[in-house]
Amino acid sequence: MALEKITAVTGRAVYVPGNDIDTDRIIPARFMKCVTFDGLGEFLFHDVRKNADGSDQAHPLNDPRFRGATILLSGANFGCGSSREHAPQAIQKYGFRAVVAESFAEIFFGNCTTLGIPCAAAARADIARLAVAIAADPSLAVTLDVAAGEIRFGGQAIPAEVRPAARDALIHGRWDAIGELLEGLPAVQALATRTPYLAA
Amino acid sequence: MAKSLFEKVWAAHAVRTLANGQTQLLIGTHLIHEVTSPQAFGMLRDLGLKVAMPHRTFATVDHIVPTDQLVEPYRDPLAQAMMEELRRNCAQSGITFFDRASGKQGIVHIVGPEQGITQPGTTIACGDSHTSTHGAFGAVAFGIGTTQIRDVLATQTMALGKLKVRRINVRGSLRPGVYAKDVILHIIRVLGVNGGTGYAYEYGGEVFDRFSMEERMTVCNMSIEGGARAGYVNPDQTTFDYLRGRPYSPQGAAWDAAVERWRGFASDPGCPYDDIVTIEAADIAPTVTWGINPGQGIAITESIPDPTHATAADERASIEEALAYMKLRPGAAIKGTRIDVAFIGSCTNGRLSDFREVARHVRGRRVAPGVKAIAVPGSQIVALQCEKEGIDQVLRDAGFEWRAAGCSMCLAMNPDKLIGDQLCASSSNRNFKGRQGSPTGRTLLMSPLMVAAAAVTGTVADAREVFAVNS
Repeated sequence: MALEKITAVTGRAVYVPGNDIDTDRIIPARFMKCVTFDGLGEFLFHDVRKNADGSDQAHPLNDPRFRGATILLSGANFGCGSSREHAPQAIQKYGFRAVVAESFAEIFFGNCTTLGIPCAAAARADIARLAVAIAADPSLAVTLDVAAGEIRFGGQAIPAEVRPAARDALIHGRWDAIGELLEGLPAVQALATRTPYLAA
Repeated sequence: MAKSLFEKVWAAHAVRTLANGQTQLLIGTHLIHEVTSPQAFGMLRDLGLKVAMPHRTFATVDHIVPTDQLVEPYRDPLAQAMMEELRRNCAQSGITFFDRASGKQGIVHIVGPEQGITQPGTTIACGDSHTSTHGAFGAVAFGIGTTQIRDVLATQTMALGKLKVRRINVRGSLRPGVYAKDVILHIIRVLGVNGGTGYAYEYGGEVFDRFSMEERMTVCNMSIEGGARAGYVNPDQTTFDYLRGRPYSPQGAAWDAAVERWRGFASDPGCPYDDIVTIEAADIAPTVTWGINPGQGIAITESIPDPTHATAADERASIEEALAYMKLRPGAAIKGTRIDVAFIGSCTNGRLSDFREVARHVRGRRVAPGVKAIAVPGSQIVALQCEKEGIDQVLRDAGFEWRAAGCSMCLAMNPDKLIGDQLCASSSNRNFKGRQGSPTGRTLLMSPLMVAAAAVTGTVADAREVFAVNS
């Protein structure tokens, strides 16, 4: 299965500040009453973007200056909580191509990688610098260079690391593991036959 | 060389190393439910693939089932559609489905152990982060996303990097009125909500040696709230006694062989760990959360944190954000805070022992006026046993609503939801903003008996005082 080699993402960025932003906040559970992932993008961060009457709250994603941003910036432990893939699906369907944060929750990180969304970890001070730069100029072109492990913007560069296994999978176009896993099926069957609780 | 259970189970299930260095890991048991699996079956169909091992795949329905409506079609057409999709997918692929008509339906993390499907030394995956629950049996169990569900359906494997192992010893004896829920809330408070990132947690020490399987499940269940993708307890006689005679447990001569094998998976004495943490049981108090993540907890006797006393700007900001959402006053006692709703249930605390303990103390008491109290058994089997023992009647007499099995108000994908900014004393696992269904709803996590104490007093209360708990 030929997949895109994701070596870099270039676009405008938006900063959603805060630590421990959980997947319930990214996509509230009531929007998971569905049998496909279609249309999830519009519910991204719904309850912190919308009031009960449907009007907008103050939120970076409601700020017209950041419309069309493709890189999402945030704080530590981004994506904690539920394993719902609806969260990265909503992020992707909203139009984001990469997430940059201080750190990521484990399951969320894996779910993003499998969808071809690089999750890059950067230092708090560096994220703050980038946030200041995009606040000053929301049209600033930002490049997450997955291969080089850095973010470049306005003549500056900051380190931004995608963990090695994910980085390797993204830049070589094997972030969706299904092809490789299927190739291993004969070995899987052989191991299953030798595994007592599976052999029975 | 001495090895941990995690190392042994990993080695026994590693198929091969993938190009990016991850392992293709054999998943012995795949549990599925209605929320995260339909898209995976769709992906499978798009790729023209079939379920590789339907006999190692088990389904139930839990998140969307109404707990006050047993007859289909459900009032919510979306819920009904999800129900039918799962039923169809299971029938087409030959997957055992513990549907409501089976009498074995319930929250997936309660059903697996109840049926004896969850066994030591196995690997388990499920599209739900609380899959760590199954680690209580000495299984290595992972919560996964939908694309990985597709991978497991199609190949019975998934691609995964190996985790490090942190041993968490809880030493000594718990004080009266302190429960497994308090142990895990305390651990998360101490190690942080992301302290477990990259780790599997191995829980041990005297407290875990003495814990029942249900108590071990409560702790393992919330490993993910501490950032750990998996959590487990080494299998021992308690584990084997629980499993003996269950529908999917080995029988006869196979049973003895299985127990022998299971014992061999337990961590070897003196095996190396990537980290070791020791916690004194005597330091653990009945714990209540005051904030918007499960690490924001305090002892019932403590005051709500004051952001002006925070040592770091970060900490101050997170306390301020939490208190603004929770509408709680910094520096005030948490005890005495008025509640609107009391919820006992969930994959964390919806088991027989939880309801027995509550009923024992609530007998003859009344839910405070103005408080909506609901008790939701985690499975049909739990419900039936509670009904046999008269627990349902004790709770009804006290003013609780006794409901049918499901996830209910833990995550509000069903009609059980908070309204407006109601404050809920809850035995569930997450206090995130909006978690219980209202975008402004507020959740205080605590043990089932603490929820019962809040229900009968109408305020956050110390269950040890309310029920004179001293043994």
